[in-house]
Amino acid sequence: MIRFFIGKILWLIPTLIGITIVAFGFVRVLPGDPVLLMAGEHGLTPERHAELAAALGFDRPIWQQYLEFVWKVLHGDLGNSLVTHRPVLHEFFTLFPATLELGICAMFLAIVIGVPVGVLAAIRRGSWFDQISMGAALVGYSMPIFWWGLLLIILFSGVLHWTPVSGRISLMYYFPNGTNFMIWDAIASGQKGALTSALSHLVLPAIVLATIPLAVIARQTRSAMLEVLGEDYVRTARAKGMPPRRVIGVHALRNAMIPVITTIGLQVGMLMAGAILTETIFSWPGIGKWMVDSISRRDYPSVQGGLLLIAVIVMLVNLIVDLLYGLINPRIRHR
Amino acid sequence: MTEQTQSSIPVGTRRAQLAEFWFYFKENRGAVIALVVFTLILLSAIFAQFLSPHAPDMQYRDALLAPPLTDTAHGHFWLGTDAVGRDILARLLFGARYSLFVGFFVVVLALSAGVILGLVAGWFGGWIDTVIMRVMDVILAFPSLLLALVFVAVLGPGLINAMIAIAIVYQPHFARLTRAAVLSEKNRDYVMAAQVAGARNTRLMFRTVLPNCLAPLIVQGTLSFSNAILDVAALGFLGMGAQPPTPEWGTMLSEAREFILRAWWVVTFPGLAILITVLAINLMGDGLRDALDPKLKRS
Repeated sequence: MIRFFIGKILWLIPTLIGITIVAFGFVRVLPGDPVLLMAGEHGLTPERHAELAAALGFDRPIWQQYLEFVWKVLHGDLGNSLVTHRPVLHEFFTLFPATLELGICAMFLAIVIGVPVGVLAAIRRGSWFDQISMGAALVGYSMPIFWWGLLLIILFSGVLHWTPVSGRISLMYYFPNGTNFMIWDAIASGQKGALTSALSHLVLPAIVLATIPLAVIARQTRSAMLEVLGEDYVRTARAKGMPPRRVIGVHALRNAMIPVITTIGLQVGMLMAGAILTETIFSWPGIGKWMVDSISRRDYPSVQGGLLLIAVIVMLVNLIVDLLYGLINPRIRHR
Repeated sequence: MTEQTQSSIPVGTRRAQLAEFWFYFKENRGAVIALVVFTLILLSAIFAQFLSPHAPDMQYRDALLAPPLTDTAHGHFWLGTDAVGRDILARLLFGARYSLFVGFFVVVLALSAGVILGLVAGWFGGWIDTVIMRVMDVILAFPSLLLALVFVAVLGPGLINAMIAIAIVYQPHFARLTRAAVLSEKNRDYVMAAQVAGARNTRLMFRTVLPNCLAPLIVQGTLSFSNAILDVAALGFLGMGAQPPTPEWGTMLSEAREFILRAWWVVTFPGLAILITVLAINLMGDGLRDALDPKLKRS
């Protein structure tokens, strides 16, 4: 078991090195002078250019630059944003709670709806519920979510006036010492209406971001469930007179969940890609929107830092899922 | 000897294989309907200039944001006009060309690169395998859309660059699939026989092993086809894909964003076009999977 864990962690090191190479190399292959790109200054004199090149390390051999980059990264130094002039790491972790909050809510929606729908569709295979829900899942899976978000805005904000169009909370509320997890801050502040406001801002982006994972989870749960329901141990459990609810809940669902958990883990990377679009549509001040803005503002230190941190986070989440998988799957646990 | 067997086998078996494929494929009603829809989209893309009532970039200055089914002096606008008075139906018809071409191009590029890398990795093994697959792992560690965005930032915005970026991001999937298939095939007797008969590595890889790894690649290919259409539209929507005035569906949506609360049609139809196309391809993909891989089916 411990060997399994250590093996999984060691296996990540080459990938981690690769990620730093991509983040490091990205700035070097950009068209244009990297010194100008990373310093973000215009009209440089040759002296200032040389000074900046030395300060940023561009005058040294490339492998030294890379090692220094890694050294700095390990010490939490990702450079400063060209726009705000604040450390990229600080910027990232100020905005990250917004994305995390949105992502957790979306994943919660996707699992809470997706798993039961998949299970029910599998149990009632061929019924109208199965056909409609799986049809809907296929539509959800094929959905251009940026369009889906716009449609929801038209309906719920434009026509029905139920939800606000953008942002995280009404401007009436402000939490100076907040954690930047808006729901938590709203509850903790105890201000009347704050929680409602935060939730009404959150609901549409969460639905949009949940759409594709929901569809994938529902489809995966159904097929995993169908496979398990055909197994001998399920037949045995049925044959010995166990109530159907127990057969499904104890024998089938537990085993069907193993591939589903892998699927859920794989959705985390997808979620990040979805967050880029969702946050852009709803002006949600998180990492996805920040990355798009940084790319279009040519704020390359931010893009570099963001790219690195996002890849590392996605990788860590996948590691956790892998380890969880080891914990719940007896075949691995008892090896 | 191999020449003889090869010339005698294909004619009969290939037709039989196709017949068997069609037998399973047509059992899936959704897939057949999707095939019809997809063919219609393909035809309307090919014959866009004959079908389209207006030119896609013609601006009718006196018919800005005309709602659907509007009759004007310039003719009928079935799906209305956009903010600068261009016919939306015409732009959608011409836009189908971009989306289908993009999907096709991305799949061909990602498939060929991925298959070659996967074949080499699986066939030779050892350090070559390790290096190739580690690089693939690194590419897969980044969220695909994010990596594509960064590649476009490097290459510069535009449709061709967006396609190249997405192909780079997709090819590890093909490489992994090919490698896995090669690993399971390469110790089979028929490969050994070809090797003993004196076939060289390239021939063994491409003519002996590869044809037996095709089924999962075809399924992944359809999946990538629809995903590529979505991702290119997403890049267009973020302003990093096709640039205006190209009638690409995602770019159209991006231009329409500011009018969403005033003119629902400029937003609704391009997205619907994307959804229908992607849905049709995914449904066909389901049918293909059932037909090509009878082990996976009936789920």
